[in-house]
Amino acid sequence: MSHPDEVLATAAMIGNIVVWATAGDILTASAMRQLGDLDVIRERSGIWGAAAAVVTNGRFGLGVICLALSFFSLLFAFSHRDLSLIGPAATSLTFVTNALAAKFFLHENVDRRRWTAAIFVCVGVALLAF
Amino acid sequence: MTRSTMTFRRYIVLGVITITASCGDTFLSRGMKSLGPVSLADPAALIHAIFSPWVAAGIVLLIGFFASYLTALSWADLTYVLPASSLGYVIMTLLAKFWLHEHVSPMRWLGVVFITAGVGFVTQGPSYTDHGAAPACTVDEKHLEQAEEARP
Repeated sequence: MSHPDEVLATAAMIGNIVVWATAGDILTASAMRQLGDLDVIRERSGIWGAAAAVVTNGRFGLGVICLALSFFSLLFAFSHRDLSLIGPAATSLTFVTNALAAKFFLHENVDRRRWTAAIFVCVGVALLAF
Repeated sequence: MTRSTMTFRRYIVLGVITITASCGDTFLSRGMKSLGPVSLADPAALIHAIFSPWVAAGIVLLIGFFASYLTALSWADLTYVLPASSLGYVIMTLLAKFWLHEHVSPMRWLGVVFITAGVGFVTQGPSYTDHGAAPACTVDEKHLEQAEEARP
């Protein structure tokens, strides 16, 4: 994969996965926060009631569309490049983009401990490619 | 303000996320490799891939992952759930070494150390950010009513 075009294509595949995965994660997390504790909903309405509350949420629907696009981008990338390259690269970058997006869009308290954890896991997953 | 919402059962849910995600991805990779490269000019081939046994098994596992993941996001922050459930990579590396007897390079062992440290950091801290109006153990009444109406 030394040809510049191949490097660019790989970066585009990874970037595509990361963008859709981050958008999907943020939208689904936002939907679940909007709904509240699913354990409580399940106790009061049963498992089908909890499932109905989730699937009728608009943000959840948008999130699933983004995650589906991320999934097909992943399948496409797997068919062209090795799992050992695409998996760690896309996953490790998604940890960092999710931490940034969660701070700005979900207003989560991403303190020093969580940044350290996200960066450690990101580096660790990237090292698994070697 | 952050606080802990974790119980033993909720740690089990994080464990289920960990195992189903790593096994699901491995099955998908195996299935796609057996099908060969997919061309951009033939996107229908991706749809066709869904029905191959390994990809289908991977999807079943990833559905289990998604259900557990959504449950976890309803009582914990995204920036807690994602690092806390990343031990799957460590499990896969340990299985590769001790079960499949594969060579695991020093860099991969270093990666395992980093991931384990990251998981340790995040799981020792609070799991949920309170935004005041919507604490973790209450339910949005509007959605609860919708859920009860939808109940058979």
